[in-house]
Amino acid sequence: MATSKTLGESLRQHGVSRRGFLKFCAATASMMALPPTMAPAIAKALEQARRPSVIWLSFQECTGCTESLTRSFSPTVENLIFDVISLDYHHTLQAAAGDAAEHAREQAMTLNAGEYLVVVDGSLPGPRANPGYSTIAGISNYEMLMETIEGAAAVVAVGTCAAFGGLPKANPNPTGAVSVQDLVKHKPVINVSGCPPVPMVITGVLAQFLTFGTLPELDEHGRPRAFFGQSIHDRCYRRPFYDKGRFAETFDDEGAKAGWCLYRLGCKGPMTYNACATMKWNGGTSWPIEAGYPCLGCSEPDFWDAGRFYKSLSVPTGAPGDLLVTAGAVGAAVGVGAGLMSRQQSKHAVERHDTVTADQLEETL
Amino acid sequence: MATFADIPIRIEQPDAEPQQFGHAVPILNEIRHALARLAEQGETTRIDLGAMPFGPGDEARLMALLGQGEVAAQVDALGPTRIWETRFAGVWVLDYANVDGERIALQIEVDEVPQMLRAPRADMTDSLAALDAALVSAAADPAADPAAKSRH
Repeated sequence: MATSKTLGESLRQHGVSRRGFLKFCAATASMMALPPTMAPAIAKALEQARRPSVIWLSFQECTGCTESLTRSFSPTVENLIFDVISLDYHHTLQAAAGDAAEHAREQAMTLNAGEYLVVVDGSLPGPRANPGYSTIAGISNYEMLMETIEGAAAVVAVGTCAAFGGLPKANPNPTGAVSVQDLVKHKPVINVSGCPPVPMVITGVLAQFLTFGTLPELDEHGRPRAFFGQSIHDRCYRRPFYDKGRFAETFDDEGAKAGWCLYRLGCKGPMTYNACATMKWNGGTSWPIEAGYPCLGCSEPDFWDAGRFYKSLSVPTGAPGDLLVTAGAVGAAVGVGAGLMSRQQSKHAVERHDTVTADQLEETL
Repeated sequence: MATFADIPIRIEQPDAEPQQFGHAVPILNEIRHALARLAEQGETTRIDLGAMPFGPGDEARLMALLGQGEVAAQVDALGPTRIWETRFAGVWVLDYANVDGERIALQIEVDEVPQMLRAPRADMTDSLAALDAALVSAAADPAADPAAKSRH
């Protein structure tokens, strides 16, 4: 349960020195996408911060989001933050099960009424769907969510499934899956999308709440602007090649080996907003584009239904022509245009629900 | 917990020049402006290299351009933090790692001395009390004083 101990006291109890704390704050500033000069302000705020109670609900999900968070290098800043928040319910991680686990959730809700955070991963069958598609301890996901958020300060939808419906909601959506924001209208909802989300983005949002007691500024999809404010394309280290019109045409040609732009291999970077290009993955080791693989656009709404992964954005699915590739060399303005156009194409693809066969994929490559 | 270093694989690099993506020189320009502000107005700057869209080779290129100066230090708190002055006086690199040695942040600090190396004032107050206690203890039991033992 959450205690009255401040974060500063809790860290010192963990044997963290003041220099260690300063280091923690420097890494936290980086994690929150704040300038490093904010570290002293973060330190001052964190010294007095109280440990918040967090209730984590897992619905129709693959546990990839929890894996993303917990399988990162240990111990990390993320782990340290989880040491100093009170994670009172997470049925994948907690030892208790059944009634005992549900009792822990109810107790956390009562003791921290109005102050706790609810983190949700996974979409859930909507109110008009068969509740039997996903239940926990005999309670439908819908019932559990609506009951739990009642006394919450805010809800954080972690992963594309919770934020936008994700894979369960992809056509034909057999379980009637909906996103958290489709159901929660009277509490703030922060969407931390991605399949899975970058672990430091998850903890960055929690750190913001922990540090300043406020919720981050959000974009039109309810995502924190600090992490989702710029497109993958605009922050991509391969962007200069796009500007020069140098593209890999296949996964093993000279352009691919030279690290040229992956736009023609279906990269969804221009229409995708996320922090992968700077925060990277596996402790900052690399990220898909650095590994030579185009961005799939996993942090965008309905990306599963947005057409083929390996079809270039400039070639609408099913439409002939190469509308933008030849203009690729003209630079940033085209990048913005491609982003806008690709969103439009995504919308059409969603409406048509194009499918792809293995043979078609082979042809594309 | 297993780390990448524990995985028994060998990476074969082709014999080629390291790739350049051209992101090092703009950062060097930013550092140059920060150093001018420090020299002329005493204004300090920190640059978070983790927020830069570096490609493979860009960080190595920047570090090669910055070089290594006369001062290097390590702070052991929540894992090692390696700090060194570059060949440009007043420009420091801070490489923060966790206890497993994995990097958690990389920053450039443009300052006379990095903040991390300064003793926190609260620690000095605590140290004063600890030092007073050590003096009282030494006065009460001279035999426990290693220096006194060596004099006999």
